[in-house]
Amino acid sequence: MKPPLVLKRLMIVSFVLLLLLLAAMLLGLSAGSTGSSLTATIQAVWGKNEIDPTLAAIIWRIRLPRVLLAALVGATLSVGGLVFQALLRNPLAEPYILGISGGSAIGAIIGILLGVSPFPGVSLLAFIGSMATLLLILMMVSGQTILKRESLLLSGVMVNAFCAAVIMFLVSLTQDSRLHNIIFWLMGDFSMVDARQVAILGATLLPGMILIFWFAHPMNLLLAGKEQAQSMGVHVKAVTVTLLITTSFMVSATVSHSGLLGFVGLVMPHLLRLLLGPDHRVLVPACILGGSTYMVLCDVLARILPEQGEMPVGVITAMIGAPLFIFLMKTSKR
Amino acid sequence: MTTAIDINKIDHSYGDFPVLQDISFSIETGDFFIVIGPNGSGKTTLMKIIANLIKPLQGRLTLFDRPLESYPRKALARTVAFVPQMAALDFPFTVTEIVLMGRSPHLGLLGWEQADDLEIAKRAIAFTETEHLAHRKLNQLSGGERQRVFIARAICQEPQIILLDEPTASLDLAHQIKIMDLMEKLRAEKNITIVMVSHDINLAAMYAQRLLLLSRGRIVTLGSPQEVLSYKILEDVYGCTLLVDESPIGRFPRVNLVPKKFLPTPDP
Repeated sequence: MKPPLVLKRLMIVSFVLLLLLLAAMLLGLSAGSTGSSLTATIQAVWGKNEIDPTLAAIIWRIRLPRVLLAALVGATLSVGGLVFQALLRNPLAEPYILGISGGSAIGAIIGILLGVSPFPGVSLLAFIGSMATLLLILMMVSGQTILKRESLLLSGVMVNAFCAAVIMFLVSLTQDSRLHNIIFWLMGDFSMVDARQVAILGATLLPGMILIFWFAHPMNLLLAGKEQAQSMGVHVKAVTVTLLITTSFMVSATVSHSGLLGFVGLVMPHLLRLLLGPDHRVLVPACILGGSTYMVLCDVLARILPEQGEMPVGVITAMIGAPLFIFLMKTSKR
Repeated sequence: MTTAIDINKIDHSYGDFPVLQDISFSIETGDFFIVIGPNGSGKTTLMKIIANLIKPLQGRLTLFDRPLESYPRKALARTVAFVPQMAALDFPFTVTEIVLMGRSPHLGLLGWEQADDLEIAKRAIAFTETEHLAHRKLNQLSGGERQRVFIARAICQEPQIILLDEPTASLDLAHQIKIMDLMEKLRAEKNITIVMVSHDINLAAMYAQRLLLLSRGRIVTLGSPQEVLSYKILEDVYGCTLLVDESPIGRFPRVNLVPKKFLPTPDP
């Protein structure tokens, strides 16, 4: 049997991006305030026993979970943006569009104001918040209208706008140090994470990623509109509803650990589409690998750029991503 | 000859507004069948019902003596292909990629095409004479070229029936005739049943073996162009003065519009 046509491209793209991801992760393991070198990190990863046990502990217990969380968040937000842009056929769609950002932020802020622990307390409340808004939106557009993308988009925008007002209200009431925590959560932050958290998150996300990869070809067909997709044998309603709910669930799970990292979900799909073309069978793995690479690198910069402490990684994602995207868009104008 | 499409007492409405009432007819295999009628007569709705994009409120529809609803999704897509009006795709796929999408009802779960599928796509591209466009992006093409690409995609689906919703609307003369010749070639060479909605009565008269005239959701007449295109029926349905004569290039009726200034003025 001859190999499928898309397989070669898929393998090459995945292989290159996987190498980049591994390199970025190595960099992520070596960067930090303890100032370790890249060679020492490589030795630690390779299992050479002559390295300093404190450094080994920092690498394995502190940096590795953080690097893995950054990778998972980058992957989920990018692939989430890709799915929403395809389903809504709207280039401005991003993974938070179904009220996820507003709902999870309200949950998290309430958690911070109540003074519960970051994990599982704040995370759980954020997750509950975003699931509640998702449910609300699905109820608002229930029945046939779920396939009408305008009503879906508008409902999401309205719910997020309402949530933004509630967030502003809660922020305006807060004056002590909790305000700082709230702002960091709203901008996205990887500093509060342990290995258990990352393992749970990873196990939650994996089935979703596989499902999205499975639906890559129907997503291609949906780009031409739901009638055409249906006339080529796609079960439009099943595909749309499954993808919307799976993706929203994955994104909710992710942001409840990392806070509201903006921009990655909007721009990574565009960036990779510019470089690799619009075929989702290639773009889904590319967004997973490319998005995680990008986020790991942004986190490295967030840790090493400030002389004292660290920046919220959400500041870096847009500060680098926006000019990079504009540059690529200008140079690839054909 | 076997019956490709059999429609039995179909009714449909949008809300309280009836769009199709008591529609019954059948289309033979290998027929070139064109549906005409004024705006809002229910042509497109009828087409979408045959394509299973809309479920009629009442009535039965069979394809090759098998009820429409008994077809699994992919089997139906291997039987009927639908070429929409003004097909568009804003994402930068190439022509070959779009035509290949027509293979999807023949593919497995992941939708990965094999070399054979590419071969079929290339033949469909050759059939529609779009080889020179194969590597271009769809959004760089003109309306007529785009329409031929979507016809190639429909051919690539290897269906027994192709439905087209006003494929020549807003195209220039050369593209209009090219599309119609293409459909005639498909019918003649591959015995594919062609069902088309058209606004252009004269174009329809030149190609259709049978014409269906719809008005306000009801069938007015069904028959050969000679039978359907009588000025009495048409003037009544369209509500304007018409003159029907015979086309100088063949033995089919030609419908001429009569401007108001050429109408005889009634004596005062």
